[in-house]
Amino acid sequence: MSSRSSMRTPLGRVRNLGSSHSGTSDFWRQRLTAVAMALLILPVIVIVLMLIGRNQAGAAQILGSLPIAIILVLFIIASAWHMKIGMQIVIEDYIHNEKLKLASVMANNFFCIAVALASIYAILKLSSGV
Amino acid sequence: MAEFTLPKNSKISGGKAWPKPAGATETREFRVYRWNPDDGKNPSVDTYHVDIHDCGPMVLDGLIWIKNNIDPTLTFRRSCREGVCGSCAMNIDGQNTLACTKSMHDVAAGGAVKVNPLPHQPVVKDLVPDLTNFYAQYASIEPWLKTTTPTPQKEWKQSHEDREKLDGLYECILCACCSTSCPSYWWNSDRFLGPAALLQANRWVTDSRDEATGERLDNLEDPFRLYRCHTIMNCAKACPKGLNPSEAIAELKLKMVERQI
Repeated sequence: MSSRSSMRTPLGRVRNLGSSHSGTSDFWRQRLTAVAMALLILPVIVIVLMLIGRNQAGAAQILGSLPIAIILVLFIIASAWHMKIGMQIVIEDYIHNEKLKLASVMANNFFCIAVALASIYAILKLSSGV
Repeated sequence: MAEFTLPKNSKISGGKAWPKPAGATETREFRVYRWNPDDGKNPSVDTYHVDIHDCGPMVLDGLIWIKNNIDPTLTFRRSCREGVCGSCAMNIDGQNTLACTKSMHDVAAGGAVKVNPLPHQPVVKDLVPDLTNFYAQYASIEPWLKTTTPTPQKEWKQSHEDREKLDGLYECILCACCSTSCPSYWWNSDRFLGPAALLQANRWVTDSRDEATGERLDNLEDPFRLYRCHTIMNCAKACPKGLNPSEAIAELKLKMVERQI
């Protein structure tokens, strides 16, 4: 916001750069991924319980099942996406310095994509038994 | 970063304790926020004792009694004294509400009636907040009927069913209790329109006679203007008219999704 000492009118300050005509996609995707995670969480818990105490060969055997691998990959996509949107909202809420905000949003994107890709790679690797 | 602490010149220190009124048999203690822009001092909290047998039951009655009988410099806004004008919105006992409809006897017995200005707004003096930004935000949603069809000879017609859809929206008196109770509004009031302006926006988006619905939604569709609302619902708790701005905002978000999917 332009400083209070600016001679801009209050309405000019409120209108500022205008509406960005966006935000609804993120709002919708946040709900979409939330519902997806709610549906996937039970099977994921069952899979994790099945994996407890097994060695890598045992884990590879379980993840070799296509439905199990798909459930885990879907869960990773939904949760990483949800995490990205949620964290971005927190950043936008509290960080008001424009440069720091842009850098934080960028870092958040990189982090979430890296976490998602690393997790998916691990699942596929175990799943394919390489 | 958002500011979580008060600026140095806003920190509250000390305050004057006024003597109990002579001859009063039963009094109620009031602790009232004071700040004078002219004396260069930090804000303080003054303690007053109100003779409850010489005074009406509402917090506003108490404040008027103090102004008339103890301290004429105490400054606050008031007008209708019946919950219609919204002038006397302030923070009483930790809750934003109207001083004229809040009974001082509803504040826990024995405790002082703590009166502060609406939170997170610049203070003009004592209990008077500067609501310039709040009013500009209301103006920005263009709160009037917008039509392209030539104005009819008699009136714009509306069915009873469509009129009912405005219930819970039209009653808003713009007292700012909701917006100033909203943490999202505290951190981002320069960009987030806040519950009051958004409830009013939904009032015009919902109005069957209005022909600018899409244009209104375009104007609101923004990560900051609308989507800073995280359904915290302090607004609904604070509203002295019993309205639910949070629900109105949810309706706006639903309409945004509806026109995309």
